[in-house]
Amino acid sequence: MADPMKIRASAKEGVTEVKVLMSHEMETGQRKDSSGNLVPAHFITEVTAEHNGKQVLAAQFGTAISKNPYLAFKFKGGAKGDKLAVSWVDSKGDKRSDEVLIG
Amino acid sequence: MNVQRREALKAGGGLGLFGLLAAAGLITPGQARAEWNKSAFDAKTIEETLKALGAGKPENSTDLQLTAPDIAENGAVVPVGVVSTLAGIEAIAILVEKNPNPLAASFLLPAGTEAYVQTRVKMGQTSDVYALVKVGGKFLMTKKEIKVTLGGCGG
Repeated sequence: MADPMKIRASAKEGVTEVKVLMSHEMETGQRKDSSGNLVPAHFITEVTAEHNGKQVLAAQFGTAISKNPYLAFKFKGGAKGDKLAVSWVDSKGDKRSDEVLIG
Repeated sequence: MNVQRREALKAGGGLGLFGLLAAAGLITPGQARAEWNKSAFDAKTIEETLKALGAGKPENSTDLQLTAPDIAENGAVVPVGVVSTLAGIEAIAILVEKNPNPLAASFLLPAGTEAYVQTRVKMGQTSDVYALVKVGGKFLMTKKEIKVTLGGCGG
């Protein structure tokens, strides 16, 4: 299981801003290790966010997203204390979900 | 002893495990999200990527803003954001022209989600970066050149 995500969600004047920092190597499959062998690709492919069970964002990532991906977005609605869940799946089928309360 | 019954139980047990895996989400039953768009992410040029995304020839738009530095010192971490004042944007994509695969990320925005995303991308070299959005069945885009002083691939 991968390390937990850091998620901040704050509601202000009816709009919730979400910032997520995921912990992932994001190997592109183009890098070589010290002995010259290609390091196989291993990266997050899909990220979804749900506010109280309703999807507010569905993202697909390629290999060009930086290591330990950062993602910020905003959606209308959301109040303090609401649940916000973020999940990702990577190219090897690993997955991680974390949940925070909107502050 | 009924041998056939034993075999039937074994087979049944196997099926049970499969069902359990499916239930546990290891075999994802198609949720309300699209499959990872392999052909778009594997495309090697901007044109191929646009084709794979079904975008054709998007119009340039000034209602889109790509927020990114003019010069990125470290190509491994280049902050890129897309913001638009247009209403009803359904999807946003970020493309880096001179990367081995231009498409960096695509975002589906359900109704109620604002046209605002920010992330960080890797860039191998100085390149134009494109923001592509889908609004009302049309595709619009804008671009910006980002100079990279230290590449983000290998190095």
